[in-house]
Amino acid sequence: MTASVFFGCTFIAFGPAIALFLFTIAREPLRVIFLIAGAFFWLVSLLLSSLVWFISVQISNKESAVQQKGLLIFGVVLSVLLQETFRFAYYKLLKKANEGLLALSQEETMPISIRQLAYVSGLGFGFMSGAFSVVNILADSVGPGTVGIHGDSQHYFLSSAFMTMAIILLHMFWGVVFFDACEKQRWWAVAAVIISHLVVSCLTFQNPEYVTSLVPTYVILFLMGIWAFYTAGGSFRNLKLCLTCKDKDFLLANHRPR
Amino acid sequence: MLFVPVTLCMVVVVATIKSVSFYTQNDGQRLIYTPFPEDTDTVAQRALNSILNATIMITVIIVMTLVLVLLYKYRCYKVIQGWLFLSSLLLLFFFSYIYLKEVFKTYNVAMDYFTLAVIIWNFGVVGMMCIHWKGPLRLQQAYLIMISALMALVFIKYLPEWTAWLILAVISVYDLLAVLCPKGPLRILVETAQERNEPIFPALIYSSTMVWLVNMADTDRPKRNSTEAASPQQETQQAVASPAPSSPSQDDGGFTPSWVSQQEHQLGPLQTTEETRREIQQLPSARPPVEDDDEERGVKLGLGDFIFYSMLVGKASAAASGDWNTTLACFVAILIGLCLTLLLLAIFKKALPALPISIFFGLVFYFATDNLVRPFMDKLALHQFYI
Repeated sequence: MTASVFFGCTFIAFGPAIALFLFTIAREPLRVIFLIAGAFFWLVSLLLSSLVWFISVQISNKESAVQQKGLLIFGVVLSVLLQETFRFAYYKLLKKANEGLLALSQEETMPISIRQLAYVSGLGFGFMSGAFSVVNILADSVGPGTVGIHGDSQHYFLSSAFMTMAIILLHMFWGVVFFDACEKQRWWAVAAVIISHLVVSCLTFQNPEYVTSLVPTYVILFLMGIWAFYTAGGSFRNLKLCLTCKDKDFLLANHRPR
Repeated sequence: MLFVPVTLCMVVVVATIKSVSFYTQNDGQRLIYTPFPEDTDTVAQRALNSILNATIMITVIIVMTLVLVLLYKYRCYKVIQGWLFLSSLLLLFFFSYIYLKEVFKTYNVAMDYFTLAVIIWNFGVVGMMCIHWKGPLRLQQAYLIMISALMALVFIKYLPEWTAWLILAVISVYDLLAVLCPKGPLRILVETAQERNEPIFPALIYSSTMVWLVNMADTDRPKRNSTEAASPQQETQQAVASPAPSSPSQDDGGFTPSWVSQQEHQLGPLQTTEETRREIQQLPSARPPVEDDDEERGVKLGLGDFIFYSMLVGKASAAASGDWNTTLACFVAILIGLCLTLLLLAIFKKALPALPISIFFGLVFYFATDNLVRPFMDKLALHQFYI
């Protein structure tokens, strides 16, 4: 508990996401705006799904634990579907806004491409989703206490942190794949994103058996990552050039004037 | 660009609320503007008291704004300056002393009065200089953020619950009316300032950029400043009153007319001879004026907006039992409101109220997250389900 667990879990959960933010998004105000708008859309979807869940709980039998758990599972599934719906809504809004931005700024090319928007909005969704899942847990980990003193798992904080990292990165990959699929009208890809999101959420129903929930989640993360990489235009050749610092386009584009 | 200062202010307020318990304690003290207590027996009585409190507070704010606008219109600049000077004095010395005292109490730091006096003295004097006179841009911005945070903390401590929420709602409606209605006081203030080509007082506005007209490497600019300062000197012998149109209001760094005339007094007339004046006036003025340069144009946000945004987020983190989720939701809601306001600003290109959209979103998300999302997320965290 206390500081070491807090810092460790915070960096596990948010490390990759914050690094991505700092290196690719923080310098461009336009990307920051779209990131926050993505976070806002996720928040609205959560609000709607909690509203429905809340109403369903009020009209149900509050004594029966089985029913409550069933309602919770229903709430999770509904929330996932609403999140994907709002991702689609955000995509539509961005398409419209891009046309508007073009008209306003009187330039010929869009200041931000739809692929960058896909990445930024996915990360926005991920940040908000991760934050809402884990911040209260992190706040509790600062204080004194013993984890799992009543016989629960001792790895609560660590597993929460790893799950959160997976969810944040997954949201980013889903965003990239989803927007690209919407652009190219490939509805099977959209369905695949929705189904993989549902699978990841349903895997967490098995917590606290962390092996059965975390390992498949990371497998899905890895696969989605590869899919998103190829969707975004990456290839094995690109990767090789980038890692050996021979990619001239990348080096030129990132050359900062002194 | 305005995200960073707004975020910083909110972070300072939330960090203080979470660590220093002084600002969430109810000592039973109230401001004189909110005389009705809220710990009453019935809900109806509490509602009535909070409505009365909010009414009194709003009336005070409206009266103060009207007085300020009247003073500005009738050019009583000295009174306004003195008033702003006194209030920033109070904030920078007294409130920051209390803040520092409470922080030391919380962390059990032993401090003697001599060191404390030296710290507060330096902090306050540098703050007064940066805000009312000259200082590095970042330092001025930092001081403005700090005094906004201090003010927000004072409001959070001394305004009772329901009163605070009501005040937030009513003040955003007032802001909307005051800035957009043709007879609204704030609109009159902005238009008068633009007519006279003067900046609005630096102690009230946070600006993201500033252009210094004196001591710049560009040699044309000081002469431009002095050319314009020389002309009113020809017109009138009065000490203070004539405003020197020293720059377009967007780029002025707070060079109030009294400062310019004071410079003339102290340094002597800036242009003494006919010939040099004529020579300078014949300088080619075909340079593009500074205000057309997009990169140097900054966005300005009133300090009151900072204060009320931070107050909303601070109250959310103090009062909500959902803790961090509610705070985060209010934070995102306020930033989105600010985005939308800036978007409208880019479309309409005139002064707009920054409070209504953000506060509306903030309030909606506060109540919705606290009552709907919190139980849902708590249950999910209990079972470790992830959505």
